[in-house]
Amino acid sequence: MSSMDRALSVRGDSLARRTVGASSALWRMDGVLLVAVVALCVIGTLLVWSSTRTWAPGSTGLVKKHMLNVLIGAGLLAGAAMVDYRWLRAYAPVIYLLSLAGLVLVITPVGSTINGSHSWILLGGGFAVQPSEFAKLGLVLLLAMLLAQPAEGTIRPRTLDVVLGLLATALAMGLVMLQPDLGTTMVLGVIAAGALLIGGVRKRWIGLLALLTLAGAAAVWFLELLEPYQVARFTAFLNPSTDPRGVGYNSTQSLLAIGSGQVFGKGLFEGGQTTGRFVPEQHTDFIFTVAGEEFGFLGSTAVVALLGVVLLRGIGIARRCEDRFGTLVAGMIVCWFGFQAFINVGMTIGMMPITGLPLPFVSYGGTATFANMAAVGVLQAIHAREQRL
Amino acid sequence: MRSVSRGAGLALVRGRLFVLQALVLTLLAVLGVRLYQVQVVRGPEFVRAATETRTRQVVVPAVRGQILDARGRPLVRNRTTLVVSVDRERLAKMPDRGKAVLDRLAGVLGHPPREMRERIRACGPGVGKPCWPGSPYQPIPIAGDVSTRQALQILERQESFPGVTAEIQAVRQYPLKTAAAQVLGYLQPITQEELDRRKGLADAFSGVDLMGRDGLESVYDDELRGTPGLRRVAVDRMGKALGVERQVAPTAGHTLITSIDADVQMVVERALANAMKRSPKADGAAGVVLDARTGRVIALGSVPSYDPGIWTGGISAAEYDKLLSEKAGKPLVSRAIKGEFAPGSTFKVSSVAAMLRDGYPLHGKYDCPGSFMVGNRPFNNFRGIGLGTLTLHTALVKSCDTIFYRAGYEMWQRDGGIKPKRVVKEPMAHMARAFGFGSRTGIDLPGESAGRIPDRKWKAELWDQTREQSCKRAKTGYPDVAKTDPGRAEFLKRLAHENCLEGYQFRAGDAANFSIGQGDVLVTPLQLATAYAALVTDGKVRSPRVGWQLVRPDGTPVRTIDVPVRGKLPLNAKERAYIKNALSQVPSDGTAAGAFTGWPMDKVRIGGKTGTAEVWGKEDTAWFASFAPTQNPRFVVVAMVSQGGMGGSAAAPAVREIYEGIYGFTKDGKRAKAVLPAGRPATEPPRLGPDGTVD
Repeated sequence: MSSMDRALSVRGDSLARRTVGASSALWRMDGVLLVAVVALCVIGTLLVWSSTRTWAPGSTGLVKKHMLNVLIGAGLLAGAAMVDYRWLRAYAPVIYLLSLAGLVLVITPVGSTINGSHSWILLGGGFAVQPSEFAKLGLVLLLAMLLAQPAEGTIRPRTLDVVLGLLATALAMGLVMLQPDLGTTMVLGVIAAGALLIGGVRKRWIGLLALLTLAGAAAVWFLELLEPYQVARFTAFLNPSTDPRGVGYNSTQSLLAIGSGQVFGKGLFEGGQTTGRFVPEQHTDFIFTVAGEEFGFLGSTAVVALLGVVLLRGIGIARRCEDRFGTLVAGMIVCWFGFQAFINVGMTIGMMPITGLPLPFVSYGGTATFANMAAVGVLQAIHAREQRL
Repeated sequence: MRSVSRGAGLALVRGRLFVLQALVLTLLAVLGVRLYQVQVVRGPEFVRAATETRTRQVVVPAVRGQILDARGRPLVRNRTTLVVSVDRERLAKMPDRGKAVLDRLAGVLGHPPREMRERIRACGPGVGKPCWPGSPYQPIPIAGDVSTRQALQILERQESFPGVTAEIQAVRQYPLKTAAAQVLGYLQPITQEELDRRKGLADAFSGVDLMGRDGLESVYDDELRGTPGLRRVAVDRMGKALGVERQVAPTAGHTLITSIDADVQMVVERALANAMKRSPKADGAAGVVLDARTGRVIALGSVPSYDPGIWTGGISAAEYDKLLSEKAGKPLVSRAIKGEFAPGSTFKVSSVAAMLRDGYPLHGKYDCPGSFMVGNRPFNNFRGIGLGTLTLHTALVKSCDTIFYRAGYEMWQRDGGIKPKRVVKEPMAHMARAFGFGSRTGIDLPGESAGRIPDRKWKAELWDQTREQSCKRAKTGYPDVAKTDPGRAEFLKRLAHENCLEGYQFRAGDAANFSIGQGDVLVTPLQLATAYAALVTDGKVRSPRVGWQLVRPDGTPVRTIDVPVRGKLPLNAKERAYIKNALSQVPSDGTAAGAFTGWPMDKVRIGGKTGTAEVWGKEDTAWFASFAPTQNPRFVVVAMVSQGGMGGSAAAPAVREIYEGIYGFTKDGKRAKAVLPAGRPATEPPRLGPDGTVD
């Protein structure tokens, strides 16, 4: 029995058992999760506005585009929430393959390079998509589908499914690595790790894989497979003061901006470091520095707390879900958001190396917003269907 | 079976989710703790650091005060110019160390690229001019007086000229050109050492800040400079100004009103130039005009001179070398205050006074033979002519030497001669010091010389310093001189031998030479002028002043510069009048009569004393020290021509020219326009209106 057949057979009996109307699913959404996501989007919009308004006198072009992105994202959220997520299980391989196709397309001359990463497909009219963002969702669905069904008579996934999942992960990671996009590659790895953890793979196998990953990372390091700038950015966070004008510049400046916000912040639009554009990529990867400077410790911890609410609600949805596919999907989405949030905030406060990862729901960036919002929609869909009357 | 496995599966998954939840909570807590550390604990530190990166201190230079003459006319004023400056730090960071930028800049400015590179290198050992003496962290002015078109070419193409700016700056302008150049001084960029030495100055100086380096610019630097303003400008990371955060306006420097009269100064300059022409071998000349009653300086000239304008906008190597060269006559050096020359017979006023104090009768008769034996050596009158028996009055008018030789010799003998008493009186040296010779006058100009009064103590000190060398030469002789002039080498060797054994001795000949301002006696022209001013007025030796009053740019007086009295002549009014009367006859009947032929003595009577000092191996130094009018004198004028020859023929005509200008007479004594109204110096500093001009 192929994976696909199994997915379809499961679909058959589950759908028969419990069907929830599409429109009523919207009313059954997790309100706390929704409010947290909306709050993050509103804060993100303000921060994008603050960090881009000095680009040109009266510059509002970017923040308008961001608002449009958020609105489209909201649409995707609603749409995904209305879909019966078990239907997604059936189409998981298709979605995965489509996202892989996107990744391949990027490598071909169709793709474009922005900020040193060959990660984009330009659509014209100032719009561009980043297929690697959708690859995250594609991988989540595929891995959930593979690991959801335990082997006959056991509670753990079949070895073949695990190997298949790892191969699918490796394929996606490899393609993203070619762009090169170290951050997204790591997110994919973390999604897979989350799948193994929640999927119930034996601890010893997880331990072995962790060792293998470490060995692989060491090999990448010692065989010098990374670009020099990636190595430099990776190590600069350990000691940014050695080269404050070079690779340490980002770390130094972002610490300055956040630290100078102190407890209460300087107020929206009042951040001198933000206005002076000292922190590079301030509307995207370093958006958290604006929160730190203008909203202070109270504001920045509020952002972290809102992200925490999203993550904990996600875990709650995963726990309450009775079917293992939904649990896995929700758990992996939590891993994805959690890892990205931690790495992103961590790099702005000198705890983590600088990798080009946006802060979910806050950073500017269309594709990332779409993918994140769609993922939240999937969470809501799972939530909607786990409630018994 | 299936439900059991399902329940166990759920438990497994929920256990794993619990791990995930713990992980999430831990990481969130880590972020929170770290944010607390960065924003709350270390916040103030980051605020400080952020302010530093976010703002630039821009020093707004204060307008430097003008220097005006006694009637409010500018001696030094400001004009604006477009100056191109280069930020060397930024050039140094470029891969080619800014070569391409400098080459492009050279193209725009029309200068050779090599000169551009030379101008921005730091001065130091082994680096010739042009070089940058200022701080390496400040923009270096590389070209002044650039055209608006050139400035725009640079400013509008900043991408081609990173680190290059063009801005309007105030630069000094000297309307009198070379006149009084050494008195006014010049400006040069402040050096890093000066910045380091003077704490607190670092904030007050910008890259274009200049310090007075000589003359009045240096002495009154603090007052003229003003207080620079400060602008704290918020900038973005490209250094683009976003707005002004804090601003302190600069306070313009005070205007310095001097007692110099620009017209008299020009007259002095012309007179000195003519004196140089008259004496073909002359290598320099100085002229001093003092307000005799107040001690203020009306004119102070020294030739050769130079145009201080060459310091503006950087001086070239050739120009700088020329300023210092022996051949050009060291035009930077003011001979009036730094030049030390033997005074010759002008010194006799001091010798006469010394005789009076030592008990020689004022109205006595003194023998003036053609020659006087000092020990076994004859000391001669000028041309060896005896003048018979004279009063001291005539001795001064006719400049008899032998009377003074005798007096000096007798005083020396009374002090014990070659074997001096424990306490010596040395009346001549004491009187010379009372006249202010041998010490600085204390004028408000830098680098003044003290002159030299050679007494027994000075001789002993000199011997201490030179004995070793003399004794060595006494043995080895002068083989290099012997090659060309064996006779002279033999003489020098004997002299060295003598100096080695008894160089400490103040001998009879030294005393005799001293009495007529010869030998080792050295004075500056300014010292002589202050001495004569004291003699012909109230007997007070003053420390002359050039600066008169400091006023704010709007004309409000800040302070008047007083003329301190630094000594008093030990002569009573009768004695001073006697000497003055004697000197009053010199231009009409004495040694300066030739120079003053045709001068309308009935209108303005002039007194004075000629001096002709012998200098070994050179032409004589010509002097004329004078005062006018003889009744209640207002002016003291001293002229000195180095290697000029006779005082009466080389220096006195220059003094006459100066008086012609001051009082308004032509060569043949007809009335002409006087440069000083009614022949009087200004008695009050000029009042300046709120716009800085003379009322």
